Amino acid sequence: MITLSHYLALAGLLFVVGLFGALAKRNAVAVLMGIELMLNAVNINLVAFNRFMNPGEVTGQVFALFVIVVAAAEVAVGLAIVINLYRRRLATDVEEADWLKW
Amino acid sequence: MEGGASVAIFWLLAALTVGAAVAVVMLPNIVHSALYLVLTFIGVAGIYILLEAEFLAAVQVLIYAGGVAVLLIFGVMLTRRGHIRQSNPFNSYHVAAGVVSLALFILVVLALGRSPWHAFPGPWPEDTVGAVAEAFLGPYVLPFEVAAVLLLVGIVGAILLAREEKGEK
Repeated sequence: MITLSHYLALAGLLFVVGLFGALAKRNAVAVLMGIELMLNAVNINLVAFNRFMNPGEVTGQVFALFVIVVAAAEVAVGLAIVINLYRRRLATDVEEADWLKW
Repeated sequence: MEGGASVAIFWLLAALTVGAAVAVVMLPNIVHSALYLVLTFIGVAGIYILLEAEFLAAVQVLIYAGGVAVLLIFGVMLTRRGHIRQSNPFNSYHVAAGVVSLALFILVVLALGRSPWHAFPGPWPEDTVGAVAEAFLGPYVLPFEVAAVLLLVGIVGAILLAREEKGEK
């Protein structure tokens, strides 16, 4: 029998893999990919809690859909920033984006 | 779905999802990473179907596997530089990042083991699509409209940021 804990453990594993990708990658697009993995893990959590703890309503699914909308907007703006960074520095390394550093 | 079949499907989907996610993070070629990301998204869509959230699974395939992944591949192709086989290197913090991630995972698993969930997989509505629609146009109508405005602002912002400025170059 697959319980809530199985889904939460899967989501936790996916989140941790995404976190490692977001922290340890040099390419800005790869960092965005890590963030997408983390958002997906959170969505699994939301839907699993909805399914197992409060099956009469669909609040978790609605929240997951809002997360998907925000993630889509985030990817569009993030990639525009990456392209702008590439145009100015000819690189997509996150370590190159240090204009605000003193 | 009941019994052994759903258990087997869960473990298959979990292995697919996590394996593809690890490939996304570990592969040295970022185009391969993007393709494995599509596989991860499809695995997550399968998990949604297992959780009986069919509408969310369809949205996942349409927006993530269809839209976001293509956007990411565009981003890779527009900013390609150097040799593609070394296009996805680790930075200098990868050891610390691994330690932090591992610590977080251990913390999550410990918390999971200690939490007594009073789960009751009660009667799940046959048709969640209708319930989702009613929730969006009922109690969540204001966030729904704000999300539409957010998407519009996001698109305009992306165009403004990615546009080549006049006089530059």
